[in-house]
Amino acid sequence: MNKSNEENPFVPEPARIVRKYDLSDDVRFFQIRFVDMEKALSMRYLPGQFMMLSIAGAGEAPFSISSTPSRPGLLEFCVREVGEVTRALFRLKENSIVGIRGPYGNGFPLDKIKGNNLIIVVGGLGAAPLRSLLLYALDNRDNFGNVYLLHGARTPSDMLFKEEFLELKERDDLQCLLSVDKDPTGDWPCYVAKVTKLFKYVKNVNVAKTYAAVCGPPVMYKFVIEKLVKLGIPKHQILMTLERRMKCGIGKCGHCVVGHTYTCIDGPVFTYWDVTNMRELI
Amino acid sequence: MRVLWMKKEDLREFLESSKQFGELWGPVQKGEVYVYDKIDDFSRLILEPKRTLLPVKKLIHPPEFNILRYEGETYKTELENIPRRVVYGVPPCDIHGLLILDDLFRRYYPDPYYITRRERTAILGVSFCTPTEGCLCKSMGTDVVQEGFDLFFSDLKDFYLVWVGSSLGDDMVKVRPDLFNNNITRKHLDKFMECKKERDEKFTKSIDMTVIPDIMELSYDSPVWEEIGERCLECGACTMVCPTCNCYNVVDEPSISGFTGERRRYWDCCIFTEYSLVAGGDNFRATRADRLKLWYTHKLKSFGYSGKPACVGCGRCIDTCPVDINVLSVVRGLLGGKEKEGKS
Repeated sequence: MNKSNEENPFVPEPARIVRKYDLSDDVRFFQIRFVDMEKALSMRYLPGQFMMLSIAGAGEAPFSISSTPSRPGLLEFCVREVGEVTRALFRLKENSIVGIRGPYGNGFPLDKIKGNNLIIVVGGLGAAPLRSLLLYALDNRDNFGNVYLLHGARTPSDMLFKEEFLELKERDDLQCLLSVDKDPTGDWPCYVAKVTKLFKYVKNVNVAKTYAAVCGPPVMYKFVIEKLVKLGIPKHQILMTLERRMKCGIGKCGHCVVGHTYTCIDGPVFTYWDVTNMRELI
Repeated sequence: MRVLWMKKEDLREFLESSKQFGELWGPVQKGEVYVYDKIDDFSRLILEPKRTLLPVKKLIHPPEFNILRYEGETYKTELENIPRRVVYGVPPCDIHGLLILDDLFRRYYPDPYYITRRERTAILGVSFCTPTEGCLCKSMGTDVVQEGFDLFFSDLKDFYLVWVGSSLGDDMVKVRPDLFNNNITRKHLDKFMECKKERDEKFTKSIDMTVIPDIMELSYDSPVWEEIGERCLECGACTMVCPTCNCYNVVDEPSISGFTGERRRYWDCCIFTEYSLVAGGDNFRATRADRLKLWYTHKLKSFGYSGKPACVGCGRCIDTCPVDINVLSVVRGLLGGKEKEGKS
C-alpha cells in the first residue's frame, strides 16, 4: 500500500465475508472480518455506528453495525437487497473480499446510558443497529438497570434474528417482548399485536433513570415516541438512529445533511429533542 | 501582513516570472462570459477583476475526477497527476468561498483531494472590482479578504497594493524583488480609501444579513417555498456556479474487463430529485420546495461545521437562474415583496 493510501480516509480496507445466511426473504446477515488480523482485533466502535461497505464496480453504501464491540474480531451487518451495492453484495459467496471503511457516526452515548434502565424498540430492519446495543447491554449486564426489548415485525418470517431473540426470552435479566402484526401460520409463540401495544408490559420504571432507543421504518417513530413520552421519559433520553443517503460517511459529500447537521458526523443517533428542534430529521 | 506596492505596467512581467511556480491560469473571455483558463497567450488574460462563469472552486474541487483506481478489491489513491498552478484574478468573494470550503474539507476527516489541489494552487487575488448588478459582497462582508490567498493585488488605478498572504506568496515576490516597493506611505493609504469609497458607492443591491438568518428560521412554513418550487426548472445551474456548493456524488466506472476501474467523484446538486433518495425508495426531500429550502438554508442561514450562512454575495445565481430564483428574489419574497434598493 502506498503512502497516500494511508492518509486517505476514502480508501476501503479489504475484508472477507466469513459467513452469511438469510434472515428473511430479502434481508441477509453477513459476518465480515478485516483481512488484516491486527486491524480486525484492534478496531474500536460503538453500538449505533456505521461503516461504508464497498464493492468495486458497484460502489459504496453505509450500513449499521449489528455486532457488539464487546465481541471483537468479527463485524456483522444485516442488509436488505434494495440497491445497486446490496444487489452486488448478495451475489457474493463466502470468502469473497469486500472493501470496508469506518466506523463512522456518533453511536449511542453509552457513558450516559450506563447506570440507567434501557428500553429498546425495534421495527423491521431497525434490528440492524439496535441488536448491537442490545448485545452490548447483555454483555455488560451489571452496568444497566432493567433492560427491555420491544420488537415488532409484520409476520414471523419477517422478524430478523427471530431464533436469537426467542432464545433471549429464557433470560431472567431481560424483558424480551416480541410481536408480529399478523400470524398466518398460527404457531407464533409470542404476541400478535402492533409494537406499540407492548408498552403496557413496561411497568413501574423510574422514567428519570430510563433511556429508550428506537429504530424502525419512518412511519413507526410517531406512534412509538408518543408512547415513550406518555411513559414520561425525558425527550433527551429518547434516542433514535436515522437513515440518510450518504456517499462519503465523513461529512464531505453533503447528501445526509439536515439543516447544517451532518447525519454521518453529528448522527446517526439523535435524541427526540433534536428531532423536535430540527423538523426535517424524521 | 507584509504589504508592498507595484507599478501597474509591471504586473505582466511579474506573472511571467510566477510561471516557475506552476501553470498560469486566469480569467479569459469566452463568448459573452469570462472563464478561468490556462494562459499560454498572455494577451488573452483579463487583468482587471471579473466575475467568471464558474468560481475558482472549479480548480480546487473540480466538476469530476478520479478518487481511486481499483483492481479487484484493491484500491489506489489517485493524487499523482495534480498539477501546480498559479491562478491570477480571483476576486474576494471567490476567496471567501474557498475559506468556507477549506473548513468543510479540512475538518474532521481531511479530504486529500481538496487539500492537495489547494496546496498546489497559488491564489493571486484581485480587487477592487467594479460591482455589477447583483454583486452583494458588501452585504455579506466578503468584499475584503484577509486570508486564503498567496498574494492579493488591490487595483488602485495608478498602482497595485500587493498583500503577501503566505510563505509561497513571499517566495513569488522574491523572484522579482525589483518589481516591488516596500515603502508604503500616506499617499498609498489615501488612494486605497478613495478607491474603496468609489467602489462602495457603486453597489446597487443589498441584503440585510443581520436579520436574514432569523427570517429564514421564521419562514420555514412560508408559501414562498411552494411558489419558487413551482417555478424552478431543476436545472441545477445555481449549485454549479455557487462558490460554496460542495456536494458530490461518487460513481464506480468499471473498465470493459470489469475487474479494474475507477471510482469517480462528480458534482451533485441538492435541487435534483434523487439527492436525498435512499435505497428502498424513501425520499427525505421529495418536493422541489423542500430541496430549494435546503439550498437557501445553507446560503442564508447556516452551513457547514461552523453553521454560518454560506452566501458570499458573488451574484452568480442572479446571473444564472433562468427563472429568477436567487438570493435576492428569495429574500425579497420572504420579506413580503420589499426589496431594499439602493446603497448598502
